[in-house]
Amino acid sequence: MKQRLESVLNWLDHRTGLPAAYRTFMGERIPASSGWHQILGSVAAFLFLVQAFTGVLLAFNYAPTPGDAYNSLRYILSELTAGRLIRGLHHWGASMIIVVVVLHMIQVFLYGAYKKPREATWMVGVVLLLVTLAYGLTGYLLPWDNRAYWGTVVATQIAASTPVAGPYLTRLLGGAGGVGVVTFARFYALHVLLLPPATMFLIALHIYLVRKHGVAAAPGDELVPTKVFYPAQVFKDTVAIFIAFAILFTMAVAVRVPLEQLADPSDTAYIPRPEWYFLFLFQTLKLFNGPLEVVGSTILPGLAILTLILVPFIDRGQMVKVTRRTVAFTFVALAAIGWTGLTAAAIATTPHEALVTQVDYSAPTDWIELSPQEMAGIAYFREENCVSCHAIGASSLGPDLTRTAIHKDAAWMIRHFKQPAEVRPGSSMPPIALSDSQLNSLAAFLLKLTPENASALENAPEFAARGALVYEANHCSACHMVNGVGMKLGPPLNGLAKRQTRSWVEGHFANPQKLSPGSIMPPYPLSPRDMRDLTTYLFALPE
Amino acid sequence: MENVEPAQVRDTAGMPRRALYTGAIYGLGALIAGALGVPALLYLFTQPKSRSRQEWVEIGDTTKLAVDSPVEIAFRRNRADGWKVTSEKNTAWVVKRPDNTVVAFGPQCTHLGCAYHWDEDKKEFLCPCHTSLFSIEGKVLAGPAPRPLDRYDTKIEGNKLLVGRLRLAAEKA
Repeated sequence: MKQRLESVLNWLDHRTGLPAAYRTFMGERIPASSGWHQILGSVAAFLFLVQAFTGVLLAFNYAPTPGDAYNSLRYILSELTAGRLIRGLHHWGASMIIVVVVLHMIQVFLYGAYKKPREATWMVGVVLLLVTLAYGLTGYLLPWDNRAYWGTVVATQIAASTPVAGPYLTRLLGGAGGVGVVTFARFYALHVLLLPPATMFLIALHIYLVRKHGVAAAPGDELVPTKVFYPAQVFKDTVAIFIAFAILFTMAVAVRVPLEQLADPSDTAYIPRPEWYFLFLFQTLKLFNGPLEVVGSTILPGLAILTLILVPFIDRGQMVKVTRRTVAFTFVALAAIGWTGLTAAAIATTPHEALVTQVDYSAPTDWIELSPQEMAGIAYFREENCVSCHAIGASSLGPDLTRTAIHKDAAWMIRHFKQPAEVRPGSSMPPIALSDSQLNSLAAFLLKLTPENASALENAPEFAARGALVYEANHCSACHMVNGVGMKLGPPLNGLAKRQTRSWVEGHFANPQKLSPGSIMPPYPLSPRDMRDLTTYLFALPE
Repeated sequence: MENVEPAQVRDTAGMPRRALYTGAIYGLGALIAGALGVPALLYLFTQPKSRSRQEWVEIGDTTKLAVDSPVEIAFRRNRADGWKVTSEKNTAWVVKRPDNTVVAFGPQCTHLGCAYHWDEDKKEFLCPCHTSLFSIEGKVLAGPAPRPLDRYDTKIEGNKLLVGRLRLAAEKA
């Protein structure tokens, strides 16, 4: 068997030379001081492969035009097996690759590994960092939801403010008439056509340069024999890759990546937030106003990148032990403090409205079609903890309520709620102590339950159930219509988000006549939480 | 300096450690490949959970159908195609049988998909392309057709005839 394998390898070696090349690659001599601190480059390369793999999988089911992009992503998330996992890996992988690339850079910087003759290796690395950020910027637009759209509006406006090059950049990014279909096409092409081959070339060049000069030795290494790359160092790399992957996989499974509503260019109330790794830039921008804006948007970032590229030419001293590189440590510490401060400030100054619960369209949203009465039924269902005996979509102590076969009319259900055993002899269900109109709500909701919509309704957001509860408790439907149910004395409330801002609506509840003179609506002094839930619910309604 | 071992120590202790290293490299590599590969295969090969339930479309009035006299009825319905829902025109050949059951056949010959028609004189469905013949029950009487005519799911509510999904007939049924 072993001989067989050897003869196959020999044959292949003769024809291609690949096995020999592999042996040379794995048999590289590395300095005795190499070890765990040099794993980060391998982790970054691995994460790039994960991004490529998950990116291709996403592209298999993704239509790269606005509108369709959003719908196809929703399709991936809600209808395809493992679609959510694959998008999660791609989304969190993007964040992780930035973390790892920056850590890799910090390690090389602290050890002074960029010194002669490794200047080119370092500079290619800086370009790779910029390419990584370009992926983040262009990929951000591709879901084409509100977050993607408005985030990109801000980014293109920053690009537009660049002196001299601004107008050209804007035109190049297709943002001349605002962010639109052209911008989308350009960002998509950059993200999947231009950047990947560029990255592969740069990574190959980077690794070639690393190999050409060898791994940077620490002072004192010349006195001890070198080691072989395989398997000891490869083992360390693999363990690090595995840990990184385990973290990434856990994030993808556990942390839901929301999908907001379809991009709406007329939604001027939307407060855009960039991705976390761009927040510090966003905050820097706020420090410079008026004519000085260009300092924050272009001059400072430009200088920072230039300095980064020129690091090997600024620090040209002899290689010294890492523990003695106090200046480098101070520099990294200062940069870390600055970055953390700016990011923290950006988070702290996020307006409250940007944090208000958005509807997550990556999950089924059947609940959006319910009438407020039915929706409030979900709140009662939860309050009364019905689910402890009536598991949704399964048989437990009580019957499975999604089975339409057991649905009776509302009157029967209400009688049953009040005196369970009287209507269904032998039932061990306790009576439900709710008012008639509340029981009516509960019955209306249960009649809407089917096996298909059960999990979507069961997972309806809390703000919507509570908002509908407030809506019902205040008898809003006596004057207003929602989803075709209610009266037309007041304006219908579907599409409210289009017509008014949140603060207007909340002010209007407190004092209707102040904001719309002549209105016959009485004031509703709601508690802050009720106000918030009701408004969020109304804003989430379909148009 | 932990990595520098005297030559004789490396000779005796080196091999098991080498085995541990290579084992871990392949083992962890396989775990990662599995964690990426299995979801990828599921993603590509499992049917999408279609959230559009079977849609019944009303296509006609059963009282207006004459027994054993097939008619072609056209109707529109929504079809989910990936992330798109398209409204498309469909037709069905509808037959009321003497026992008052109603059958709705798919409009294409099971051979190569040509549109067949009802031959009133011979009381047979005839496909003009390769002269496949089907009985009023959809059975293959002659020609190259490999299986009987496909049928829509049907149900009758009052006098209304509703059609559901088109089901492919089994080969040689």
